[in-house]
Amino acid sequence: MNLLGKLSWSAIPFDQPIVMGASAFMALVVALVLGWITLKGYWRYLWDEWLTSVDHKRIGVMYCLLALVMMLRGFADAIMMRAQQAVAAGGAQGYLPPEHFDQIFTAHGAIMIFFMAMPFVIGLMNFVLPLQLGSRDVAFPTLNSVSFWLTAAGALLINISLVVGEFAKTGWWAYPPLSGLQLSPGVGVDYYLWAVQISGIGTLMTGINFVATILKMRAPGMGYMRMPVFCWTSLATSLLIVAVFPVLTATFGMLLLDRYLGFHFFTIEGHGNPMMYANLFWIWGHPEVYILILPAFGVFSEVVATFSGKPLFGYRSMVAATMAICVLSLLVWLHHFFTMGAGANVNGFFGVMTMIIAVPTGVKVFNWLFTMYGGRVRFTVPVLWTIGFMVTFVIGGMTGVLMAVPPADFQLHNSLFLVAHFHNVIIGGVVFGVMAAYNYWFPKAFGFKLDERWGSASFWCWLVGFYVAFMPLYVLGLMGMTRRMQHYDNPAWQPWLVVAAVGAVVILGGVVCQVVQLVVSIRRRDQYRDATGDPWHGRTLEWSTVSPPPAWNFAVLPQVADLDAWWGRKQAMRANQDQPARAREYRPIEMPKNSATGFVIAFFAVVTGFALIWHIWWMASLGLLGAFVTVLAFAFRAQEEVEIPAEQIARFARAHQAEVAA
Amino acid sequence: MRRGVLAVLLISAAVLGGCTEGVLNPKGPIAAAERQILFNALGIMLAIVIPTILATFGIAYWFRASNKRARYLPDFTYSGRLEILVWSIPAMTVFLVGGVAWVGAHDLEPSKPIVSADKPVNVQVVSLDWKWLFIYPEQGIASVNQLTIPVGTPVSFELTSSGAMNSFFVPQLGSQIYTMAGMATRLHLQADHRGAYRGLSSMFSGDGFADMRFAVHAVSEEEFAQWVEAARGAGPVLDAQTYADLARPSKAVASFTYRAVTPDLFDDIVNSVLVANASSPLVRSSSQELEK
Repeated sequence: MNLLGKLSWSAIPFDQPIVMGASAFMALVVALVLGWITLKGYWRYLWDEWLTSVDHKRIGVMYCLLALVMMLRGFADAIMMRAQQAVAAGGAQGYLPPEHFDQIFTAHGAIMIFFMAMPFVIGLMNFVLPLQLGSRDVAFPTLNSVSFWLTAAGALLINISLVVGEFAKTGWWAYPPLSGLQLSPGVGVDYYLWAVQISGIGTLMTGINFVATILKMRAPGMGYMRMPVFCWTSLATSLLIVAVFPVLTATFGMLLLDRYLGFHFFTIEGHGNPMMYANLFWIWGHPEVYILILPAFGVFSEVVATFSGKPLFGYRSMVAATMAICVLSLLVWLHHFFTMGAGANVNGFFGVMTMIIAVPTGVKVFNWLFTMYGGRVRFTVPVLWTIGFMVTFVIGGMTGVLMAVPPADFQLHNSLFLVAHFHNVIIGGVVFGVMAAYNYWFPKAFGFKLDERWGSASFWCWLVGFYVAFMPLYVLGLMGMTRRMQHYDNPAWQPWLVVAAVGAVVILGGVVCQVVQLVVSIRRRDQYRDATGDPWHGRTLEWSTVSPPPAWNFAVLPQVADLDAWWGRKQAMRANQDQPARAREYRPIEMPKNSATGFVIAFFAVVTGFALIWHIWWMASLGLLGAFVTVLAFAFRAQEEVEIPAEQIARFARAHQAEVAA
Repeated sequence: MRRGVLAVLLISAAVLGGCTEGVLNPKGPIAAAERQILFNALGIMLAIVIPTILATFGIAYWFRASNKRARYLPDFTYSGRLEILVWSIPAMTVFLVGGVAWVGAHDLEPSKPIVSADKPVNVQVVSLDWKWLFIYPEQGIASVNQLTIPVGTPVSFELTSSGAMNSFFVPQLGSQIYTMAGMATRLHLQADHRGAYRGLSSMFSGDGFADMRFAVHAVSEEEFAQWVEAARGAGPVLDAQTYADLARPSKAVASFTYRAVTPDLFDDIVNSVLVANASSPLVRSSSQELEK
């Protein structure tokens, strides 16, 4: 018996210069970062304050950081694909052979959905939700840490696949029979499935955590109809996560059983049914896009209201629209495969259901418009992203409804028109949303604003780059070009693909501007310091506390009397300015204790996942045992919470008041 | 910049409609009807999308904080009439487009035969790694990576796959449909104009996917008969053994024809379980059970 399963030296692609170059670069960056931490002696701080932290704000920041790093990886894949298709016309094969190109588009999709967009929106919700709800943490802080580290474990496995072995060559849906053992005997599909299984457990626990937080941990007086809209959209997203992520886990679980134990859920022989996989995958997959976009809708609602100096127009409509989208998104999955031949009634039903979702979405757009109407719109960077979103998303929504018409989809399905459509809504919606949020909440998280000039430069590069990169894909789709082609023989396509590649380079400029923006802002952090905690004249409770907020968020839990609680309190304070401020009385606060549980479990999850991928059974058993023992150790912990003395809280509050006064 | 985008879109639409291949330059009734539906749905939606985009720019510009002439209405947060409008405009649009979708889904259902005085030509399609096999059961011939059809006559397709899922797609003739192992899908198309059209797979199926292309020759009735005669005169015979050879993975296969085909081969492919690796390409499983 081989101790290392399928693993051998041949798993490392020494003969592929591109892969080895990328791996060497990644190794260099990791070594530099680790070396820098060691040199500066930051390990202790990093371990105590971040890696073992159960503070929702710290976890949120780490989620966003993970997302940003993975975005660089996914973006590198995108640039490589655009470059390949720009040159591989006629008889040319380009510089990427099919087996490499196939891995790249699969990795691009998997990374951008599971390890960029998901961590980003979850990170935002993590950071913002408890602050907006006026609460001190999420419902289950340690579980939250476990969720994050499991997501990071999945991301790590995906990156290991670059060096050791290969990634899936099936497209990110991994449809069987192509993803079955016969047609994909390598470890690529296993890497994909296990990475997503591990991170998927984390995501599911996050969903449960947030639902519990929103339902049970709101500040006193905050009824449901006084919740900020971002909390509503987060609630809808979390409910969807709880509803559909188990479906994905079960579906991938069945595919894993097919691959590992000879089951026949989705095989062609043994009465398996690959069509069932397509259904199950999209029963998760379509709600997934709403899981991503709903928090972005919440962000835009907050940004529009704040920077127009007005409450959100039609709050009740917004809530109703959000919850309608939440329910309807579960009823549209079949539009991903009208071309399977399900029949006119089935196709017609799912086509119409898909369009009905456009109604609440349209309502939201109009409500944002009417929020700006009669406002005083300040064109800060978050507002630029929001207006860019409103224009871009409307176009993407239109092409989406277009493809919900079954006969139109018969012509456009799987074409570059489709690729253009979903990038139009995911970049124009989700990415613009997280960028708006990043610029909007950064001062809250770190106590200083981001540089406006580099921020707007980044926005303009992204916006222009997006149109230059993806409008040609709409055209190509209408010209009959389908997706995932490593090369093509139709010379008429090439000019459009060259333009698209140029667009990708412009977007790259946007990414670079973002990095520069961060560096510049950190260097000028004293100049950009916001001592008040409320740099934008905000409306919701997160702006009522210090930036960055202390571990306990609020020294005294806020009392909520209306919607836009902080705005209302500011108005009241202005009215009562003459009265002397009463001395605050502080009480000690119990906060959850830091825990290494998440980090250690994730370590064992990586070991288990890697072992399962390479069929190293003893190692998988050890990994599982380790994770189980870690959970046991956590369950038998002696002390759950630490008490923060009232004196410390009072000292912090006095220091803050002194800084504001100065 | 927005104007530039619009200009690009308009120019490209004109170019596409005029001379290039693609779904906007249909050569048969199905593709023509689908293009019409595309335009109808697009027209209905543009009627609301363009004003919305203009309103976004207009409102954002007018209500900029520096504009002293704009009225500040901090309490304008609810209006029952506007709410009704806000819900009913998208609802009306969707009502119209939904009607287009429902009627279109029934009119252009791929399995629905095309009404015609001519008797349809039957073609059985098998997607293989990585090429297309077209069997003409009535003519008793078959071709690889080349589909010849008579102009003006409906073509009735039955489609399946030897392994991975693919999608049979001729953009200028209309609807695509999946090919799936172990089952047969149906599709009806027709070419109204003579010419050569590109066909391809639109469902990724592995390393050789990019070369899963085929040429569609739409020819006159006489030319079709001549082509059938020529095909009958040359080339190998397609039976279980030669099918097994063909089923081995290969890329960028030049087109050729089979002079004869074993009867019921297509049904055997649908009912059989085919292993994609070369050692045992054709493994019979419990086809009797499956038929039940």
